[in-house]
Amino acid sequence: MNLWRKPFDIDEKAPRPVKIHIDIDRCKGCGYCAEFCPRGVLKMTGELSYKGYDMVGVVDDGKCLGCGLCEAMCPEFGIYLIYEDKELK
Amino acid sequence: MTKMLTVDTNPVDCYLRVDRIPHIWCAGCGIGPATGCFLRAIDRAELNPDKVAVVSGIGCSGRVAGYIKLDSFHTTHGRALPFATGLKLGNPELNVVVFSGDGDIVAIGGNHLIHSARRNIDMTVICINNFNYGMTGGQMGPTTPLDARSATSPYGNFEYPFNLPYLVAASGATYVARWTVLHLRELERSIAEALTKPGFSFIEVLGPCPTVYGRRNKLPRGMDEMRSYQERSVIRDGADPKDVELSLNGPIVVGKFVDIERPTLWDCYQQMLDRVTKP
Ligand SMILES: Cc1ncc(C[n+]2csc(CCOP(=O)(O)OP(=O)(O)O)c2C)c(N)n1
Ligand code: SF4
Ligand code: SF4
Ligand code: SF4
Ligand SMILES: [Mg+2]
Repeated sequence: MNLWRKPFDIDEKAPRPVKIHIDIDRCKGCGYCAEFCPRGVLKMTGELSYKGYDMVGVVDDGKCLGCGLCEAMCPEFGIYLIYEDKELK
Repeated sequence: MTKMLTVDTNPVDCYLRVDRIPHIWCAGCGIGPATGCFLRAIDRAELNPDKVAVVSGIGCSGRVAGYIKLDSFHTTHGRALPFATGLKLGNPELNVVVFSGDGDIVAIGGNHLIHSARRNIDMTVICINNFNYGMTGGQMGPTTPLDARSATSPYGNFEYPFNLPYLVAASGATYVARWTVLHLRELERSIAEALTKPGFSFIEVLGPCPTVYGRRNKLPRGMDEMRSYQERSVIRDGADPKDVELSLNGPIVVGKFVDIERPTLWDCYQQMLDRVTKP
């Protein structure tokens, strides 16, 4: 018996390709996005930004789920997702 | 189909006065994520943003009214609720939201809080509880946990604090919840629910204040306080508000505690009007 089939809504539910945008003018280096990202996509770089705050960087956006947690958690509204497949409606 | 040519921005930017951002809040301050949850909740609740008005008092949390691009008013210290009451009774169509701090809503404005809940005025109160008066340098207030250190309790606080959900539930609020800013999705959902619910809704939001509270209580960075929320939080929807007292290092019970129906002040006023104007 075949116990596994492809979910019918796999196309709808599959993670959409995203790019992560970090706004260097807004980020204050609190590190929340890097700490709580479930996939380890973001990391504190150990360098300072031009404003003197710790800088966060994208290690591997291929691993990103597009869950949006980093975007929701950022106290500075300073990180957000850009959907690569966005098309004009 | 063509690709979008517009510049990408943060989806909540449409609700922010972006010319004032970066805001003044410290790195890791919990007020920012709470504000984001509120802004996304407006869309989640499918409200018309033109019919949402935000009222704040004074404090770091009180500055929210100034950063949000909705009709908003920054009142004097402690008086957000009376202002919001007038706004709601003058224009009952508005969805009135009070967004302010623990000091503003519970200390100087504490009397307004219990009476707004008692009268069941249809509004949503989002109270950022960072356990102290952040803006003025970290003095203790009526929400500071026992033994917590602050600018005015350098050896530890010996005054019993309020248990806010218990206080507002006993005063008559019809919706009472508590979340931390780590519970982003739950908080957003809860705010959306409160926004659409008639009656007095109160949401206590615990958020880090690393600069003046955390640093005196072995939580020097926002991250330390977030981790402590992660370790200490227990979700218990429907918990009896009298059992959800907070302490310095004990468990943090979060969840939706009260969700009941009761006629609002406006309903009672309409009923009375009907009765006395009947021929
Ligand atoms: C009538 C009056 N009394 C005192 C103050 C000083 N004051 C400004 S903000 C504040 C406390 C704010 O605490 P809270 O509401 O918890 O906000 P937070 O800064 O912690 O977010 C006080 C006492 C004032 N501005 N007006
Ligand atoms: S969207 Fe989710 S997976 Fe992607 S970087 Fe942000 S938190 Fe990590
Ligand atoms: S959460 Fe925001 S402010 Fe904090 S490090 Fe990430 S991008 Fe910067
Ligand atoms: S003093 Fe505290 S509450 Fe005020 S902005 Fe700084 S961290 Fe936030
Ligand atoms: Mg406070």
